[in-house]
Amino acid sequence: MSGLTQGSIYALIGLGFTIIYSVTQIINFAQGEFVMLGGMLSYILAVKSGLPIPLAILIAILIAAIVGALMYILAIRTARRASVISLIIITIGFAIFIRGIAGNQFGVNAVSPAAFTSGHSIQLGSLDAYIAPQALWIIGITFLVTIALYLFLSHTMVGKALRACAVNPGAARLVGINTKAMALIAFTIAAAIGGIGGVAIAPLTMASYGMGVMLGLKGFVAASIGGFMSPTTTVVGGIMLGIVESLAVGLDWGPFTSAYKDVIALVVLLLILLIRSGKLATAERAG
Amino acid sequence: MMPGWVKSKWRYFVVAALMIFLVLLPFKWFLGQYTSIMIFIGISTMITVGLCLLMGYTGQVSLGQAAYYGLGAYFSAVLSKTYGWNPWLAMVIAAIATGSFAYIIGYPIFRLRGNYLAMATLGIGLIMWVLFNQLSQYTGGPDGMSGIPYLSIGGFAFDTNFKRYFLVWFFCLAILFLSQNIVRSRTGRALRAIHGNEAAAQSLGINVTQFKVKIFVLSSVYASLAGSLFAHHLRHVSPQSFDFLASVKLVVMAVIGGLASVWGAIFGAGTTRLLSDKLLLGFNQFPQLDIIIYGLILMLVMIFTPEGLFIALKSGIKWLQLNWRHLPEIMRTQGKELPHRIKDRLTRLVPARWWRKAEP
Repeated sequence: MSGLTQGSIYALIGLGFTIIYSVTQIINFAQGEFVMLGGMLSYILAVKSGLPIPLAILIAILIAAIVGALMYILAIRTARRASVISLIIITIGFAIFIRGIAGNQFGVNAVSPAAFTSGHSIQLGSLDAYIAPQALWIIGITFLVTIALYLFLSHTMVGKALRACAVNPGAARLVGINTKAMALIAFTIAAAIGGIGGVAIAPLTMASYGMGVMLGLKGFVAASIGGFMSPTTTVVGGIMLGIVESLAVGLDWGPFTSAYKDVIALVVLLLILLIRSGKLATAERAG
Repeated sequence: MMPGWVKSKWRYFVVAALMIFLVLLPFKWFLGQYTSIMIFIGISTMITVGLCLLMGYTGQVSLGQAAYYGLGAYFSAVLSKTYGWNPWLAMVIAAIATGSFAYIIGYPIFRLRGNYLAMATLGIGLIMWVLFNQLSQYTGGPDGMSGIPYLSIGGFAFDTNFKRYFLVWFFCLAILFLSQNIVRSRTGRALRAIHGNEAAAQSLGINVTQFKVKIFVLSSVYASLAGSLFAHHLRHVSPQSFDFLASVKLVVMAVIGGLASVWGAIFGAGTTRLLSDKLLLGFNQFPQLDIIIYGLILMLVMIFTPEGLFIALKSGIKWLQLNWRHLPEIMRTQGKELPHRIKDRLTRLVPARWWRKAEP
């Protein structure tokens, strides 16, 4: 079950990568920082400022979304005609900028906000397995976000315009779609989804100002399992990664213990990149 | 008026002046108090040069350069302390081992490009960082290991900052000259061709992957040597020096130095080190300031002068050289336009229709 929970979070982060990449062909290395922002802000607002938890969560997600929009307006759009290397460096610069601000404002200690609903772990039927209520929240939220995103992309005008940009930006512009506005929307949605992921995971695993890099990388793994194509494949990829990782928890083989859990995700990343390298290379060249 | 031979040979004067400055610097009556930080600048420069060759000339990103730096440092530390090897031998073995590792992972990795390459190198960097932390029976875990011996030649031990300064800068300058020669050779032209257009380079008979891997191995060996010097200088290594932020810091140095500039590496490493180790120490009540500033530097430099700060400064100076006679005139005419140009730049941040009144 912990695999499914973790995997849901990776799926949410991966969704952010997928949306931004498909609309703008940019890999946003700051995606993990939105998760960090969501987690840290929900704690700060709920505990330090004493807001009720639902309001704190809502504001945290909103702020993450605004930061995402600002990122596009201030950092991405101003760099016109930038090369891939420049864009990578810009998004990394934004990532560590946000990380520095967070470490400065919220402190460098890990914090653990209250769970959405209190209560003991629930036993699953007669099995010897227990699940925390927060884990149910996470899985449910991921499910809802995926459905909502799917409906948004397939049933609204803006969603269809976003997909048009993903298929062919030039043609999208020809039929009168404002590609820049679409990119702004993509960044905002991705940041909001990242913020949702952060808000949901923080009560379970704690949040700290430096959590963004590792989570971002795992979200990238999820998105690349899905090939940056559609929300559904990304979610499947994230959950697969979570389950593979959870298999490592009981691992005790020679020097390799469960401390190497993160290495497994990274090795999966390298394997996927290498297996798909031929396809990715042609996609990059065409893009 | 400068005589012609001075003008054509001015580069040599600049280099000679730099040499004299570097030789005199560690003496107490000159800038002796900067010896320690100059050692770190030298070490950082060595890694940055490798990164410049890779990123600036060849156009390949590496976000895990600190991993090879760490490999060099840990190989040197473990071999010379735990196994009691000669530090020089340990250093050579560390460089060979790191280079071989880079060679083995280089071929599969450099089938990737752009974003995917960046993620893969970032992933390898993080794997190494986890290993430095977890293989605690060799590396001492998160606390690191201390008591690494000094380097020494015969009975002459490099046991003071003054001596190690010359050692580090000897290596650093050797690497700088070597890199400059590479850049100006056939290899350098091949690298630039790859940067410009891979397909065109390939059709000219350049083995693209092989060149990429070669330069990757070279940069990892530079980083490994720097790591060994670092280990024998501080006599203590711990994983914090080789984490993701360390890799980003190296990218900051390369970006400030001008990605495609060998000598800019000194400038980049120097500014970054001085910024974090000297200037920002006064702001203790404002933690994480260095990271915030690095983030800003990365974004601003890439947005406004993608070729790097050092190169932009250089071309600025060249422009002044050409135009200084007409400066007052230019100031008069351009001065009037300047507010408009600044406004233009700023309005790029906001869509035009948000601030401009609707046209009648």
